[in-house]
Amino acid sequence: MASISFQNVTKSFGDFNAVSNASFEINDGEFICLLGPSGCGKTTSLRMIAGLETPTSGRIYIGDKDVTGLHPRDRKISMVFQDYALYPHMNISQNISYPLKVRGENEATRGERAQEVADVLKIGHLLDRLPAQISGGQQQRTSLARALVNPSQVYLFDEPLSNLDAKLRLEARGFLHHLQHSMGMTSVYVTHDQAEAMALATRVAVMDQGRIVQFATPMEIYRKPATTFVANFVGNPPMNLLPVEAMVEDNSLKVKADGLEVVALPMHKSFAEAVAINPNITLGVRPEHLRATAEEENVVRGKLFANENMGAEKLVTIERPDAARFTARIFTDDDIILSEDVALGFSSQHISLFDADGNRLALDNE
Amino acid sequence: MKNFSLLSVRAGTLFFSPAAALVGAFVIVPFFWVIFVSFTNRTLLGKTALNPEFVGFDNYVALFNMETFFTRGQFGFSLILTIQFVLLSALIGQALLGMILAWLLQSTPKYVKLFSESAVIVAWILPEVVIGFAWFAFLDYDNGTLNMLTTALGLEPGDWLLDNPFWVIVFFNTWRGAAFSMMLFNSAFASLPPSYFQAADVAGATSFQKFKDIALPLIKGHVVTDLILITMWTFNVFTPFLLTQGGPSYRTELLSIYTYRVAFKDFEFGKGAAVGVVIMLINLAFALFYLRIAKQKHKGAE
Repeated sequence: MASISFQNVTKSFGDFNAVSNASFEINDGEFICLLGPSGCGKTTSLRMIAGLETPTSGRIYIGDKDVTGLHPRDRKISMVFQDYALYPHMNISQNISYPLKVRGENEATRGERAQEVADVLKIGHLLDRLPAQISGGQQQRTSLARALVNPSQVYLFDEPLSNLDAKLRLEARGFLHHLQHSMGMTSVYVTHDQAEAMALATRVAVMDQGRIVQFATPMEIYRKPATTFVANFVGNPPMNLLPVEAMVEDNSLKVKADGLEVVALPMHKSFAEAVAINPNITLGVRPEHLRATAEEENVVRGKLFANENMGAEKLVTIERPDAARFTARIFTDDDIILSEDVALGFSSQHISLFDADGNRLALDNE
Repeated sequence: MKNFSLLSVRAGTLFFSPAAALVGAFVIVPFFWVIFVSFTNRTLLGKTALNPEFVGFDNYVALFNMETFFTRGQFGFSLILTIQFVLLSALIGQALLGMILAWLLQSTPKYVKLFSESAVIVAWILPEVVIGFAWFAFLDYDNGTLNMLTTALGLEPGDWLLDNPFWVIVFFNTWRGAAFSMMLFNSAFASLPPSYFQAADVAGATSFQKFKDIALPLIKGHVVTDLILITMWTFNVFTPFLLTQGGPSYRTELLSIYTYRVAFKDFEFGKGAAVGVVIMLINLAFALFYLRIAKQKHKGAE
């Protein structure tokens, strides 16, 4: 196992910067998720760690070794591909042990190792089959087994679960989490599924347009999104965002918008600076921090748009006068009866504020 | 399931008839005509031109006369020469060169790939008469480009067409036909998912291991198809005639050239037709073998 370090890494394809000046450190034994929408540069970053792409500029280290220009085979890495990349003409045992074969292990050792790893992944009974003769979930495990058969410093995953159906994906996700936890392998995992990133990662790097927007623990990313992009990308349903006007009054900050009662917040230095430059800021509230209320302060008002029952919770969506929608996640076993006009209340300690450029304004308790 | 047809039977017949008439007149009738002629002693001149006699298997017996079978200028010599020609210029030359080129071009920059492919394909699409003459001019003893190059390098000029005529046509046919194999293998390689090779890269495979373990087994079907096609084509190729006219002293007289000489230079139509029939049978064997493999592939794919 080893740490990974990105130092000012840029990767351009012609005029297009897939990754722009990315720098980050991954500690030994960490499980890092690179999260973002398609085209954000997450897969390119992973492929640069693997050596399948060479950075245009910057250096990449695995452990203490500069691997920037090294061939993949000299990096001591393993990788699981999105399409699994299983060889259709080899049986499962041969597929799993291929990394041992190319490194000149003899046939008996290869068979033994393949059996061992396959048993751990519960595909030990399939070794004689061809990839076409096993299910998608088993194929996924086979590609995982091939990555695990040869001890590596770093394990790379390129959206390994995206070809599985929803139920299998949950199962595989749990299995992967268990595996990583018990083996403590340094892993980098690319996904566009925020739930996967939240569930698996020790830290998540959220990427947008080739840049790392936030690199933090899942909880921090969820609770304190660094930008409106992160707020909007992480969480299902995502954070409610509302453009508001801010003003400083009586040594406290007040925000208001159409259909929003005044929210008063304790004053903070960063607020005053930001508001002085541009009073048009964004208020963010997570759906689970909203509740139906009869109070007057800290509420958002609108017309009932949808009331969806999800089993454990209900998703209540209102439409505001400016056509923006606000969704609340309400945990209750009771059927809630809502009139046409709904007021959703929140507490001021559960909000996020973003300046005019979409960057987070730190609250007092941060 | 009901069969839907684009045309009525009558309209279909109407459209089909011109092609059918042409194919009938120039392929099917000559096919049977050649078989018939091969059993006669028909010639161009003399009394057998007007009144050919039925001679049974005499022409065939003459072809396979073991006393002269392997003599230069006889059927057996040409047959063996053709087999050597196919092995060296098609199977080893074209297929192997095409395979090596296609594999090397997988990992070269785009413009190198484009340039190399164009160069190889030009050799393939130029008219035969043009390249025949070009090669003749290239290899000429007194004024040929090749000898100018060798003398400029301080080497002895060689009379290639006289000293090594067989190797000249082998080299020529390899150069001429490698493009087909290269293109076929190229598209076969391109049809494999890139992740197969990336996974192998990460696993630590060398280029040769990737070729041997992954690429080659997965394009096996394409290789078999290619080998059969170029074998058939090379077996029947007539272009070397433009370079050597089958000579000197029959040393490059491939079967196709041998047939041409017997029928249209010696004017022994009967004997020429018999050779034609034998070649046809050999081609038939190739074709049946090919169809069988193609069928197996089809079954395997289902």
